Amino acid sequence: MTLMHIGISHFLFLSAILFTLGVFGIFLNRRNVIIILMSIELMLLAVQINFVTFSSFLHDLTGQVFAMFILTVAAAEAAIGLAILVCFFRNKDSIAVEDISTLKG
Amino acid sequence: MTAFNPQDLIVAMPETRLAVLSLLLLLMAVSAKKENYRLVSRLAVAILAFVGVLVALSHSGSAFGGMFISDKFSIYMKLVAVTGSAVSLVMATKYLERENAARIEYPVLILFATLGMMLMISADSLITLYMGLELQSLPLYVLAAIRRDSVRSTEAGLKYFVLGALSSGLFLYGASLLYGYTGSVDFPQIAALLQGHAASMPGMVTGMVLVLAALAFKISAVPFHMWAPDVYEGAPTPVTAFFAIAPKVAAIALLTRLLEGPFWDMTQQWQQVIVVISIASMLLGGVAAVAQKNIKRLLAYSSIGHMGYALVGLAAASVAGVQAVIIYMTIYAVMSAGTFCVVLMMKKDGKMVEEIADLSGLGKSQPPLAFCMAVLMFSMAGIPPMAGFFGKLFVFQAAVAAGLYTLAVIGVLTSVVAAYYYIRIIKVMYFEEPKAAGIDAAQDNGLNFVLAAATVAVMLFIVVPAPVLESAHAAAQSLLQ
Repeated sequence: MTLMHIGISHFLFLSAILFTLGVFGIFLNRRNVIIILMSIELMLLAVQINFVTFSSFLHDLTGQVFAMFILTVAAAEAAIGLAILVCFFRNKDSIAVEDISTLKG
Repeated sequence: MTAFNPQDLIVAMPETRLAVLSLLLLLMAVSAKKENYRLVSRLAVAILAFVGVLVALSHSGSAFGGMFISDKFSIYMKLVAVTGSAVSLVMATKYLERENAARIEYPVLILFATLGMMLMISADSLITLYMGLELQSLPLYVLAAIRRDSVRSTEAGLKYFVLGALSSGLFLYGASLLYGYTGSVDFPQIAALLQGHAASMPGMVTGMVLVLAALAFKISAVPFHMWAPDVYEGAPTPVTAFFAIAPKVAAIALLTRLLEGPFWDMTQQWQQVIVVISIASMLLGGVAAVAQKNIKRLLAYSSIGHMGYALVGLAAASVAGVQAVIIYMTIYAVMSAGTFCVVLMMKKDGKMVEEIADLSGLGKSQPPLAFCMAVLMFSMAGIPPMAGFFGKLFVFQAAVAAGLYTLAVIGVLTSVVAAYYYIRIIKVMYFEEPKAAGIDAAQDNGLNFVLAAATVAVMLFIVVPAPVLESAHAAAQSLLQ
């Protein structure tokens, strides 16, 4: 019966934690651009948990429809991100975050 | 949810036509035996011109169950965005051929990005907004990295992608909170639910601030501007020109619709945010540009500053303020198009150059080009009687009328600082001896035409301002009924 105690706030906390992890993953990561792409996915998935939670508690389908849209766009976004990363790797022979530094000022 | 209504397709006619025509163009371009870049590019300009006419003739109304809206505001902003895209395509065509970067993807991607911008401007629900935003952003990431063999271009694309994806994430998190607290994603319903008890909902304010932060990324306002100088410098120049013109107009339009629509009852909360962002953008745009040597980087900081001025009008939260924003963005788009024409012409010993010092002696070697650039720089600096002065005048007037005196005073002071680096370019052109051989302007009819048109428009605004002023007023009123 412990399941009864899981309410909307638990879901929202879970998604808030995942989202924050995603944001910090982008900024604190010093090694690898792939990790940044993973962090972006994490952020988008955290947001989808939020939408589905609200949708379920509001008894309104719109949130789940929105989540489907995000899922689709996230796939396109990942494809484009990886493609750009492959082009960058071909030119620079590296995907380390510290090597993305030709442009500054 | 309502069933499909054929009337919807009439309201959204320009968008549906653009979507179908872009897909047909893509099909044609990839199935042709030989890559015919010039033909694809010309067809893309023709499609944009056709869509521009459709936009001008389109009707006001709401479509697709209230997710899409067409009003005078959206029609005006779409016209500016579509014209900006078409002009930037005209500017790019021959340049890309000369630089061996002509690819059929380029015009097609511009068309898809333009479709995204039109959706953003017409969005009346968070879902449409998100789809429009992404349909605009994804082609822009690819465009920034379109020179696949260049480290700078791919790096610009990568940086733009990572920060753009971060801003999408912030937007979505904000949108999910807005949905959770109001139970709706439609702007009119959010506005109705907020009436009277906006301040009592901290979750709503958090959601609104996250959405604002994400849109500040898109218009490169401080403190979300980090990507702009790098992307402007690294991306191929025609792409930079496109970035500076059309997407900014669309993002400001979207921001205006959000703030004056669903967030209207939270004016007190968002006004503080917009004022801070605006002051920071004007300061950074004025100060950081002074030390720049690369003209594309300088224009990036300049555009950050210009976004700050546009936000001054938005902060006023009035019809006059929105009207001022619309006028400012129109003038900004014209000035940017003209200035980037000059940057696209900077060529020395057969190679494209980007340093400000390369412009030295232009006043003697290319008097017409130098004259146009001088007019545009005076306008950017906001010196009367050029159009840029009136853009600034209207936003500051609106801010003063709304009682935002500090904002207006800081705005005037920073525009004095910014005038320094615009006028420095004029000094370099007219009063400095060229170090090596001067610039030999590239022969390009498209560029010459756009540059001449932009210069004339900037100079003649004072004589015939009425068409812009009146349609901007009508647009602002349709938004704030």
